[in-house]
Amino acid sequence: MEFLIGLTGEDFVLVASDSTAGRSVVVMNEAYDKTFKLGDKVMMACSGDPGDSVQFAEFVAKNVELYRIKNGYSMTPNAAANYTRHQLAQSLRSSTPYTVNMLIGGYDEYDGPSLYYLDYLASLQKLPFGAHGYGSYFTFSILDRYYKKGMSKAEALKVLSLCLDEVKKRFIINLPSFNIKFIDKDGIHETSLQDIQAS
Amino acid sequence: MSRRYDTKTTTFSPEGRLYQVEYAMEAIGLAGTCFGILAEDGIVLGAERKITNKLLDEIPFSDKIYKINENMACSVAGITSDANVLINELRLIAQRYLLNYQEPIPCEQLVSHLCDIKQAYTQFGGKRPFGVSLLYIGWDRHYGFQLYHSDPSGNYGGWKANCIGNNNSAAMAILKQEYKEDIKIDDALSLSMKVLHKTLDVSKLSPEKVEMATLTRKNGKTVIRVLSNEELNKLIEDYETKLKAAEEAKEKEKSKKPSS
Repeated sequence: MEFLIGLTGEDFVLVASDSTAGRSVVVMNEAYDKTFKLGDKVMMACSGDPGDSVQFAEFVAKNVELYRIKNGYSMTPNAAANYTRHQLAQSLRSSTPYTVNMLIGGYDEYDGPSLYYLDYLASLQKLPFGAHGYGSYFTFSILDRYYKKGMSKAEALKVLSLCLDEVKKRFIINLPSFNIKFIDKDGIHETSLQDIQAS
Repeated sequence: MSRRYDTKTTTFSPEGRLYQVEYAMEAIGLAGTCFGILAEDGIVLGAERKITNKLLDEIPFSDKIYKINENMACSVAGITSDANVLINELRLIAQRYLLNYQEPIPCEQLVSHLCDIKQAYTQFGGKRPFGVSLLYIGWDRHYGFQLYHSDPSGNYGGWKANCIGNNNSAAMAILKQEYKEDIKIDDALSLSMKVLHKTLDVSKLSPEKVEMATLTRKNGKTVIRVLSNEELNKLIEDYETKLKAAEEAKEKEKSKKPSS
């Protein structure tokens, strides 16, 4: 019932996640942030078992931070994504696997922006755009139609807003609000639907 | 009395020294010479080949220079059998990192990881330290070309040029004198010849006695190449003609002086 979506643009990567935290049929919190910072220019959005999401994301985030303290430089988005996959793959083969789906976005001065799709079976894919959850069924067609390589921020936000509108219109479960963040050479920034409409 | 502190590697002497570690370093002072020179566009690694016997079979890569992964190589001075264990360990560390992160290990992390192992052998009982000093050359995206040295105590450091093994103080003196910050790899290669000539106890250099490798970057990839005998021969020849020219110039200067 959760929805994560991300797309890469010319010099940034955009990641949005629904901000509903629910339990059973009840909405517990409608302003819940499902993203975790993995360094200055890497970020992870998580969906899945709520307890697992937080536990696993914090475990990864703290280890990525330990790496930075130890070595004096941060993991590249590629290293962070593959490290996360490795940890999840090990957990998958234990008696208590984490059931978490993730989108990892990052910006690297050599490789530029990148987006990684990682599901609870620890399959990792580097993609131009990706989505997790029921929302993906409604949005992949829109992304296939409107996504272009090297989009500007305004263009990417427009495509994102098309996707979010479609989810709000056609998905039977109400997802009223989203956290939208983008990462570029200056770091992680927050933005909102109002900004999209304004631009 | 000092022998009392020799038997156990992990016991300090009253002067606060660890004799076994110091003896290990002493042993390296007798081993074949190894040196590395950091240039702007690459690194040179050289080593003296101590055992030369024409009956020895050929080896596929190199005797004294070991490739660790796609971005790093190293050369050793000391007990070869100890070194083999450490090189095995180095390759494992590098592959483990690659497995975890799908990226080659940054140079200093590899060196520091191996030094943790070396250090453990100076602290925990019943073991002797590794009688090996290593010179590592490598490239990574964080700090570019790098040259590291580590000794049996587990200390390590980054260098612009370094030499270990037999006659290393003579080599260090030359390197200190002739090393320039903006040295290019070709100049580093000819400087290597001078270092080898001054450290090896031979009147004439021969390609059988030395082994050289270069590490450069080409099309976004690290290239580690061991120099062939022909290339070595050419370097030696160039060095010898230069030496001869310098000698002749000196001679001329001498003969000129009294007349002026």
